Amino acid sequence: METITKNISRRNFIRYSGLSGAALTLGFYLPASGKNPGEELMSGSSAEAQGIDLNAWISIDTSGKVTITNHRAEMGQGSFQSVPQIIAEELEVNLDQVSIVFAQGNGKKYGSQITGGSSTIRGNYKKLLKLSATAREMLMEAAATQWGVPRAECYAENGLVIHKGSGRKLGYGDLALAASKLEVPKDVRLKSPGEYKVIRKPMARQDTPLKTNGAAIFGLDKKLPGMLYAVIERSPRFLGKVKSYDGAETMKVPGVKHVIKVNRDVFGNMFEGVAVVATNTWAAMQGRKVLKVEWDDAGFSYNSTEQLYTKMKEQVKGDIISFKTKGNFNTAFTKAEKKLEALYETPYESHSCMEPLNCIANVTTDACEVWGPIQGPDWIQQSLSNHLKLPMEKVAVNMTFLGGGFGRKAFTDYPYEAAMISREIKAPVQVVWTREDDTSMGPFRPGMVYQCKGSLSKDGRIAAFESRAAGQNMNQQNPNADKSGYNGSDTEGFLEPYFESIPHYSFGDAPLDSTVPVMWWRSVYASTNGFAFESFLDEMASEAGKDPLDFRRSHLGNPRYQELINKLEEVSGWKKRGKNEGYGVAITECFTSIVGEVVKVSKKPDGKVKIDKVWAVMDCGWYVNPDIIRAQVEGSIVMALGAATKHAIHFADGKAVEKNFNSYQMPRMTDIPEIDVHVMDNEEKAGGVGEPGLPPFTPALTNAIFDLTGKRIRVLPFVLEEV
Amino acid sequence: MASITLKINNKNYTVDADPKMPLLWAIRDLVGLTGTKYGCGISQCGACTVHLDGTPVRSCSLPVSTVGNKSITTIEGLSADNSHPVQQAWIQEQVPQCGYCQSGQIMAATALLKKMPNPTDKDIDAAMQGHICRCGTYPRIRKAIKTASVLMSQKASIK
Ligand code: FES
Ligand code: FES
Repeated sequence: METITKNISRRNFIRYSGLSGAALTLGFYLPASGKNPGEELMSGSSAEAQGIDLNAWISIDTSGKVTITNHRAEMGQGSFQSVPQIIAEELEVNLDQVSIVFAQGNGKKYGSQITGGSSTIRGNYKKLLKLSATAREMLMEAAATQWGVPRAECYAENGLVIHKGSGRKLGYGDLALAASKLEVPKDVRLKSPGEYKVIRKPMARQDTPLKTNGAAIFGLDKKLPGMLYAVIERSPRFLGKVKSYDGAETMKVPGVKHVIKVNRDVFGNMFEGVAVVATNTWAAMQGRKVLKVEWDDAGFSYNSTEQLYTKMKEQVKGDIISFKTKGNFNTAFTKAEKKLEALYETPYESHSCMEPLNCIANVTTDACEVWGPIQGPDWIQQSLSNHLKLPMEKVAVNMTFLGGGFGRKAFTDYPYEAAMISREIKAPVQVVWTREDDTSMGPFRPGMVYQCKGSLSKDGRIAAFESRAAGQNMNQQNPNADKSGYNGSDTEGFLEPYFESIPHYSFGDAPLDSTVPVMWWRSVYASTNGFAFESFLDEMASEAGKDPLDFRRSHLGNPRYQELINKLEEVSGWKKRGKNEGYGVAITECFTSIVGEVVKVSKKPDGKVKIDKVWAVMDCGWYVNPDIIRAQVEGSIVMALGAATKHAIHFADGKAVEKNFNSYQMPRMTDIPEIDVHVMDNEEKAGGVGEPGLPPFTPALTNAIFDLTGKRIRVLPFVLEEV
Repeated sequence: MASITLKINNKNYTVDADPKMPLLWAIRDLVGLTGTKYGCGISQCGACTVHLDGTPVRSCSLPVSTVGNKSITTIEGLSADNSHPVQQAWIQEQVPQCGYCQSGQIMAATALLKKMPNPTDKDIDAAMQGHICRCGTYPRIRKAIKTASVLMSQKASIK
């Protein structure tokens, strides 16, 4: 398989397909008045004749090569591999016959292209299966017609149609043109999972060899002729303005070409900075060191971590905006005999992708083109079109490999900076965030405080449950945003069946007002909610005198959840656990996937706690590649381990304190326990795989520490060595 | 500015650079080999690791003027066709996720295996502790180093 990044501008994709010799093009279009938008299939030739834009398509050329326009940015989550694997299954071709063309940002044509919310497979697999199966049927029909035999006597395999009786064969390349003239069949039967040959197999990722010899081009590796490099001194206090700057010393640094003021659009708030533009990255960095900027910080308060958390702790005790309730929590809680409450705190976090943020822009008088590690090309296209006052088709967005994303690269601020500088200096420019910029400039995962309350019935079941959250609402940052609404993610992470089995519950939040920019971070609010919910459930189980796994089991009637718990119990040896071993469990769900994890801890000879092993059971419904899922869950666990025990962003005097990996410490080789991941096999709707493995790890760890030591950990991060 | 000749992957490159420029930026921006990555710039993450006469070094913290005529090996010099046993092992164990840290990880692992063909878990810990992988591929890196060790001994015994 090969990958190409092509600038397919609107309306000329058929010409593009024609150029590469495509004979059969089949895709989805949006019927003007259809009931199922995007669900109608049409061949490229009819689309061309009727002047209709297809919004996703595969093409087969006369040599039998299959091309799929990839809808999603690649950021380590394996969509690069999963999409061709789906195509290969129903089209009956080998993976190496499939190439991907990364489509440019074009929201209208492809639907949302943001690789976030773990939606790569979730949203598209049925369409891709149907597209491939339909193309296969058309190729078979073409072969049967050519041979004058019934189609039922033919089958497709490895890019060939074969006649059973005579053994005659025709390649897809020879059939594509004839197939393109046929009517598109409706309701083609799809394989049942038992018939899969490619899907659900641990196929090797096709992009791996590019990542072991230095050939993969990440955003930071992309170069254009005449390109300059920019680094930006941004206001260390988030809303600070540039009062004045002096670039005289900077301009003396060899290689420095320009010193200019530049803004950064963060959810409608204009952050300010001064850019140093040079002929290489290091010269720009040197120039920045001698740049003098005076900031104007008037008009907003300086946040410190202490102030923020004091405020949130007040807020959870005061009025909250109700999100979801059942029964009457207050009455049930007041009357109850056995009740408990607890306060949980989670820190602000930086995404800290291994590849720092960067983006290239080339803005000319009537067009703009950008290249970069980008998760949200259509959003960027829209945003640049607005800011530069250019029509959408004059803004081209190219996606390179992403050195990590975790949500951060699904934002528009860094391409915006690049475009503004390029427009001003009239040259292609790459904006490079240093590690220090990347760690300390946000947007961050919002810090949260939760107050949980609950009561137990006489037979030890949950009678009432309440979660009151305080923290910044990421949807309320625009200066014009309505700040009176609840946070729609207040229950994110909580298991669905609890809403049935718990008679009285109440979920709500109080939004924290702060100038700190915040945004989604891998698994979003589930990453922090999950810690509060699953820690508190464990406290309730313990109060009820029940085994933590049985306690959960007795509240989760749904068979899908029961199966997951049984599996978790079996693989972790939960019942056979020995003396001097602490076991903790947590189960959360987000992006329609359910993940349960068990952590085992014990004491080292010096008495300090160590993590021995983690077992994870992932139920993401219909899935493509079990090895990619295992890798994603392993990675999610490591990322959670970092946020639980290694790093946090603090604020002092209105600025982020941590700036690089020496103070924002990452988990390293010796911190990593053995991780054993299992994937449930079922036919449920496909759920996300990149994020849902993250939330259960931390509560499973702290619950295990309680099991071993009797000590509850309610504030993150904590130092494992100091437990 | 000074004219400096660097011997990278057995090829000479002459660049016009500030003598204080770290080797990393000379390799990436002036020579144009982009397999070596910038991660932190302060010797914390290992993404920029290259070999200097076979020894792994952090190119982000090494002024280009101090390299002299030492021979530099970058990920591109290991083998372009992924035939090196460490690359083979990385592919076999499906180590990379985003892949950004992996050039550095592979260069560190290669140096380790050259020194210690059969590293213990402790040896692996010591050699790899300076390398951050934000995607969390550590368990697979450990496995791949062991696989590479086996592949290398097989290759040696065939010879
Ligand atoms: S970039 Fe050199 S160690 Fe991080
Ligand atoms: S694979 Fe992404 S940082 Fe290591």
